[in-house]
Amino acid sequence: MTKGFLNRWLPAGALALAGALTLGASAMADTIKVGIIGPFSGPFALQGKNFQAGAEAWLAQNGKSVAGHDIELVYRDLPTANPQQARALAQELIVRDKVQYLGGVYFTPDAMAITPLLKQGNVPLVIFNAATSAIMTSSPLVVRTSFTLSQTTTPLGKAAVERGVKKFVSIVSDYGPGVDAEGAFKKAIEAAGGEVKEAIRIPLNTTEFSPIMQRIRDAGAEGVFAFLPSGPPTLGFVKAFSDTGLKKAGVKLFAPGDLTQESDLPALGEAAAGLITSFHYAVSHESEINKRFVAAGEKAIGAPDLLSFPAVGAYDGLFVISKMIAATAGKQDAEKAVEAVKGLGWESPRGPVKIDPETRHITQTIYLREVAKDAQGRWINKEIASVPEQKDSGLTK
Amino acid sequence: MQTALSIAVDALAYGMALFIICIGLSLTMGLMRVVNLAHGAFAMIGGYIASYAARDLGLGYAFGIVLAMIGTVLIAVPLERLLYRRIYDRSELSQVLMTIGITFCVIGITNYFFGPTLKTIPLPAELARSVDLGFRGIAGHRLFVIASGLVVAGGLWFLIERTGFGIHLRAAVENAPMARALGIRTEIIYAASFALAIGLAAFGGVVGAEFLPIEPYYALRYMVTFLVVVSVGGAGSIPGALAACLLLGAIDVTARYLVPDFGNFFFYLAVILVVCAFPRGLMGRAQ
Repeated sequence: MTKGFLNRWLPAGALALAGALTLGASAMADTIKVGIIGPFSGPFALQGKNFQAGAEAWLAQNGKSVAGHDIELVYRDLPTANPQQARALAQELIVRDKVQYLGGVYFTPDAMAITPLLKQGNVPLVIFNAATSAIMTSSPLVVRTSFTLSQTTTPLGKAAVERGVKKFVSIVSDYGPGVDAEGAFKKAIEAAGGEVKEAIRIPLNTTEFSPIMQRIRDAGAEGVFAFLPSGPPTLGFVKAFSDTGLKKAGVKLFAPGDLTQESDLPALGEAAAGLITSFHYAVSHESEINKRFVAAGEKAIGAPDLLSFPAVGAYDGLFVISKMIAATAGKQDAEKAVEAVKGLGWESPRGPVKIDPETRHITQTIYLREVAKDAQGRWINKEIASVPEQKDSGLTK
Repeated sequence: MQTALSIAVDALAYGMALFIICIGLSLTMGLMRVVNLAHGAFAMIGGYIASYAARDLGLGYAFGIVLAMIGTVLIAVPLERLLYRRIYDRSELSQVLMTIGITFCVIGITNYFFGPTLKTIPLPAELARSVDLGFRGIAGHRLFVIASGLVVAGGLWFLIERTGFGIHLRAAVENAPMARALGIRTEIIYAASFALAIGLAAFGGVVGAEFLPIEPYYALRYMVTFLVVVSVGGAGSIPGALAACLLLGAIDVTARYLVPDFGNFFFYLAVILVVCAFPRGLMGRAQ
């Protein structure tokens, strides 16, 4: 009887004791959990992989502990934009996994669904991608290390007019970011003295663009502004643009850098050559710190041509979170953490950046790039000009 | 006028690309009575093989097409023996469930091995060149697609209506037990027509890649379009499928030129009207 009792309970007791010991040990080393929500599977898996690669590159370079506190990343998969699931995942991370920080988020609707939870959960959210201006006004506990469409698009207006291209047709996919891009470009080009003769919105799933090219030809445009989701629509668009002879006829194509994500460049190749885009980060950016980042990022993601912009958002996001941890000495205090990074400036792989104290969005250099071949014959976004210290023009009125 | 002609040429090329991809599906659905949702997945496999052969191995476009057709059929034949054979006389629901399962498997496998990025199939110089039609330039590739579509339509019609194989196939479809009693080996007929349909899917996947780019979600992304074309044309009818592709291609391309803001509205409006007027499709036969 007693033996049975011992047999049954002794191992459990030992386990409990061991558990208490490890608990004590971890309390001393103090592990801080950071929940990262992103598309790690499904059609956008590449973007999620870039989140992961960027975060791991940062940890590989800076070590897993900040001021004596270990960082543990907890990934949660959200394959497509799905606000309800985003909210559920964030809630689970805050309540069950007891994360002190939230990061990631690829799509705007998901970010909007998470922000109402932050205050009650006492958790700051560092957005690695979701790029609509309005997210920042939905909670004071949000910091963003990516970009907004209006931030990257605005410099295009001036650049186009400087190149003598004034009459534009704008083509965007008919969804939130497309409409934002159309508005931002219209504002920018009109401010620079050009005009948008025709603004066309096309369905998201379009891949056959010949009729659109005919429209551009008939409108007599000198330039085309385009914003489409990367992938099949972009490939179809730049192919049609060169196949139908518009490119040869001297019509110039301008676009935000989302279109020429590095992972798509091998497929776009020759058809995209000469396409001018504006963006906050090119993998080919010339700097020592970027070289080291790219080396670490490519190692984390597994193949050299998969690395692109979401990785740098995640890399800088982890930097911001590390500063937050240091400022709060590892204690959970969301307000103090966000307060500590307002105005924080540093040298990112993309160039000098700063968290704007008012909007908590990242202020950064926007580069004008041209699709071209590098010395090794790889297609890259070659930087040809830069516009420093761009704030989010969608927020600053 | 020039614009109208230009749109007509684009519509013709797009419609023909759709036709080459969809005719195989029309045959499997109409003649073999199998709702093969994985048809697009096989077109995609063809595209991947051609891309690998032409781009990574540098074997050229023509060779890429041949390899794609052979390779895809080689992948599909074991699937036919192991899986498809079990669902020939099952209900549509079982067929849909199994073939959509295959589709997801194919998506997962290609994503794992080839990655999520777009794959292109480099065109030979003759096809990449712009050909002057008098009123505009058109990519040589589009003319090639139009010609291929006509050859496929003619060849299939001849095969089914004018050859011994076609007679056996039609007999097996009409009444399988009776055909077997007359000494026709229906399982071989079925396997051969399945292989033919898959080979055409692969061919369509490759030549249509300029319109529908190859990436892992190809199989799912265009599934609805393919099914719509088959149901509008009438399953199993070659002229029906041709008419459906040309009609829908024309409507899609024209609407996109004139009223891009309406998106796919006119495409689906046309589909609804046709299906209301011809419940079995334009040239579907009563069953």
